[in-house]
This record gives sequence, structure tokens and C-alpha cells, in this order.
Amino acid sequence: MSIVDIPVEDAGVLAAGRREIRRDVFRELLRSPTFIVGVIVLSIWIICAIFGAAIAPHSPYAQNLEEINKAPSSAHLFGTDQLGRDMLSRVIVGVRDVMIIAPLATLLGTVLGTAIGLLMGYFRGAVDDVLGRFVEAFLAIPVVVLGVIALPTLGRSNLVLIIVIGLVFTPLIARTVRAAVLLERELDYVAAARLRGERAPYIMFVEILPNVFAPIMVEFTVRLAYAIYAILTLTFLGLGVQPPSPDWGLDIAANYGVVPAGYWWEVLFDAIAIATLVVSITLISDSVQGALEG
Amino acid sequence: MVRFILKRLGLALITLWLLSVIVFALGQVLPSDPARSILGPLAAPSAVRALDHQLGVDKPVLTQYWNWITNFPGTSNQYQAPIGPILTSALGRSLKLAIFALIILVPLGIVGGVISALNAGKPIDRTISVVGQSMLTVPEFVSGIILLVVFAVELGWLPVTATAPPGSSFLTQLKYLILPVIPLVMVLFGYIARMARVGTIEALDSDYARTATLKGLPRGVMIRRHVLRNSLMPTITVIATQTGYLIGGLLVVEVLFRYNGVGELTYNASIQHDIPMLEACVLTIGVVYMVVTLVADITFSLLNPRIRLKAAE
Repeated sequence: MSIVDIPVEDAGVLAAGRREIRRDVFRELLRSPTFIVGVIVLSIWIICAIFGAAIAPHSPYAQNLEEINKAPSSAHLFGTDQLGRDMLSRVIVGVRDVMIIAPLATLLGTVLGTAIGLLMGYFRGAVDDVLGRFVEAFLAIPVVVLGVIALPTLGRSNLVLIIVIGLVFTPLIARTVRAAVLLERELDYVAAARLRGERAPYIMFVEILPNVFAPIMVEFTVRLAYAIYAILTLTFLGLGVQPPSPDWGLDIAANYGVVPAGYWWEVLFDAIAIATLVVSITLISDSVQGALEG
Repeated sequence: MVRFILKRLGLALITLWLLSVIVFALGQVLPSDPARSILGPLAAPSAVRALDHQLGVDKPVLTQYWNWITNFPGTSNQYQAPIGPILTSALGRSLKLAIFALIILVPLGIVGGVISALNAGKPIDRTISVVGQSMLTVPEFVSGIILLVVFAVELGWLPVTATAPPGSSFLTQLKYLILPVIPLVMVLFGYIARMARVGTIEALDSDYARTATLKGLPRGVMIRRHVLRNSLMPTITVIATQTGYLIGGLLVVEVLFRYNGVGELTYNASIQHDIPMLEACVLTIGVVYMVVTLVADITFSLLNPRIRLKAAE
């Protein structure tokens, strides 16, 4: 049997095996209550993000100066804000921007981080050392601090937010991917590909990448929760999503000054909404991680 | 061992230099017009040019970098005063907040992790882990706001700001810091508990723990004497690596609770486009992070005979 025969014969068996594992992971996930709860809560927010304007009882922008700072009542379940806008509608519609920015930012960071991690792990040596020092230096600046420097400079738009958060996540994801690649590159199939005369990019992206996919997926879900954390925190600081978007972080920033006056409903429901969203994603990523490592 | 420490120090210095380059580059990218922002929009162009020259911002980039490093931390545009004293006192206040947070966080996290490990697989273990993981990504301003609404506004038990009136006693100051500290503790609890759990489970599985049990040591004594010490090892590293998150959290909490620490200083410098102050703050934060990581690395290797001996080879 020549080397060339092995991959051809085993490819089908391997793929079938991989499908089998995937089905097992899925079955285990469906049995996990934390996963189910996470998916239900996240689905509700996704529905709100897509159909928010149709679900909301009032327009999130409609001001009513006769109804300002009204406590929760049957007319306004979550009360109204300083401009008389319906808080329930603002909470429902407020999820949209985050739901667009966070996945795109995480995707950007995952793609770049995976590429750099593959390079570092595969080539090791000087490439690894040089990139590794940069990764370390970047890691020394906390995400929020980096955002505080970068965002006022580069302009405060959703696109800039996506790029900044994506770039901040790049070294973190690169580090995870690098560790996974270091283990893979010692395996026989990599040596076989090298003996076949495959070029480095082919080995990295076609041979190794599918095999480090599981840790990358876990990293993606974990980072997604952090992306939401970062976006909302920066928005709260006035550096993220800009008014008049009905965004949760923005609403809290605009209204927390009147909390001491007793208008708690103008921030509390937004805060609870944020907590449920990030917790739902954490529950999902926790269960996925558990099932994959199971 | 000495070689190990020297190598770590060398690497840290290289990272530090890179960090200074990154921070400086960020400062260069920032669209700032220092002389114009100091003199105001009505100043004559010639006066602006003269001040630009005096500040050195019209010099080549490399010269500017050299001047920045040699005159660190420099002068703030916003306050028109040397940055050093402002930064030091802000750093001190942040440190107070951070230490208070760590004093609550570390024992709580370790106890949580050990309880988890001793009940591995049981509902209490799942609960601690899910609660810890969930709190990990809840932004500090969210938990801060909820706490503020409940304990400061509705119940009126605690103050709404973090800054105690000048001349307050230590206990009063502490009272003002309780609310700001809780969000920081919540965010980091999950990590520490998880690492302490992993460490404890490993230690419980080890041969020495089995030997201790077999020779008839009561479970409590065995855990205290043999397991705890080893389960604390990974926790040291985690505390160090989470310093970055702690500082990021400090920034938000300081802004939310109006506490004039280094986080609020950084935030204001950014909003006011006070580039020298911003650069100084960010570099200081980076240095603090790296020093803490380095100290943790060295402590860890001093405590761990495997690394200690390997380094000696």
C-alpha cells in the first residue's frame, strides 16, 4: 500500500466517524438543561432583533412629553424615560445593534486569530517568537482600555466598533489556535502531507484547520459573549453605538443620572435584558464546551 | 533558577518596549492638535506654531518617541501640570479599590472552587460553575446598576458614589467602596473558582492524597494539609492573568460610581483628547499588568518544584 492510497480509502471512514461524533455531541446538548434554557432565551432575543419594531407596543423613538418618567403601569409595562418614550419598546428594539455588531466582530477576530494562530503554531521558531511578543504586548492592554483609546480616534461608528473589537480578539484567539496547532502538527497526517510534498498553506488550511475546528468553535462562542460585554461597556462609556439608536448600554448611560431620583425602571430593565442575553450565550458555550470535551 | 528569572525579565523588557511603541503609535494616530487645544480656537496661527514647536510635536516621529520616553510621564494638556503626581495619586486610589476587591474575591473564589471540587458532579458543583460562568460576561456596569438601584436607591443602605467625603474614617471609606467592589468580584469569581476546582480535583486524585487517606488521616485534615496547598497553585496564575480584566473593570466601575482612580483618569483623558495623559495612563496600566504577571510567574515557579528543577538543569 503506498502512501497515496491511505487518505483516499480512509477519507470516507474518517468523515463518517466525524459525523457520528457530531451527532453524539448534538444528542448530548439536547439533554443538557442549561443548553436548552440558553437557546430559548437567545432565540427570544434573536426574534426581538429581527422583528423588534413589529413586536414593540409603541415606537421606541416616539416622545411624549406629558408622560415623562412614568413608573411601570398597564399602559407602559416598563415605564417611560426622561423623554416619555416607552421603555418596554426600547428594551425590545434595543437588542438589534448588539446582535449585528457582536457576531461580526467575533467572526473577524476568529478569522484573523485563526490565521495568525496557524502561522505561529505551524512555523514556530522566529515567526512564533515575534508574533508571540506582539500578542503579549497587546494582551497587556485591557479590552475596554484599548477601546477607550481607539474609538474616539477612529470615529464612533458601528463599523469601527466591529473592527476594533475584532482586532482586540485576534491575539486571544491566535493564542488558543496556536496551542491546538502545536499538538496537531506532531501527528502523522501532517508528516504524511509534508512527505507528499504539499505546500505549507495547504497543510495549514486544508489539513490542520478542520482538525482544530472544535476549539475554534468553543472560542467563538466564548468570545461572542465577551464581544457583547465589550460593545455594551463601550457604549455605556459613550464610545460605542451612538444615539438615537435605542441601545441598552446607551439607555443606561443616558438614564443612570436620574436613578438617585428614584426612576429605577429607566435603567433596571435594560440591565436585566443585558444580563439575560450574555448569560444565555454563556450557558450555550458552556454546554458546547462540555459536550465537545465530554 | 536565576537564569529562568533573568530570561523572564528579558522577555518582559522586550514586551514592555513593544508596548511603549504600540501606545506611542496609538497616540500618533490620534488626531490631536495639542497647541490648538491648549490655546483655544481664537489663538493666532503663529502662536499655535510657536507652542507646537515648544511642545516638540513638529519634530520627526523618532525624536518625539525618544523625548516621550526620556521625559516620561510628561505634562498633561488638560491640567497643564506634570502628569506624575496626578497619576500616582489616582493609581493609589485604584489600588485601594483593587486590593479591597481581591481581599473579598480570592478567598471567596477558592472556597467556591474547593466546595465545587469536593462535590464534583453533584448539583452544587453545577450550580457554582454555571453561576460563576454566567457572571463572567455580565458587564460590570450592568451588575453595578442593579446593585445601585437596589441597595443605594431603593433600600438606601449604601451611598451612590464611591468617593467618601474628605477626612472620612477608614470604615466610612470602606462603606463607600462596598458597592463598586461587588461587580468586580462577580466578574472574576467564576475564573478563580474554576481554577481552584481543577486544582483541587487534581490534588484529590493524586497518589499523595490517596496515601494520606490510606494511612488513616481524617478527610478534613487530609484536605487541609495535602490538598489545599496544591489546589492553590493554579489559582495564583489565574489571579495574575485576570489583572487585565480587573483593570478594565476598574475603569467602568470608577466611571459608574464617580471614583477618581486611574480608570476614570484614562477615560477622561480619552474624552478630552489629552494625549500625553492618555499615553501615560495606558502605559502605566500595561506596566502594572506585566509586573503582576511576571511576579506571579516567578512565584509560581518558586513554589513548583517541577519548574524550579527543570529551570536549574
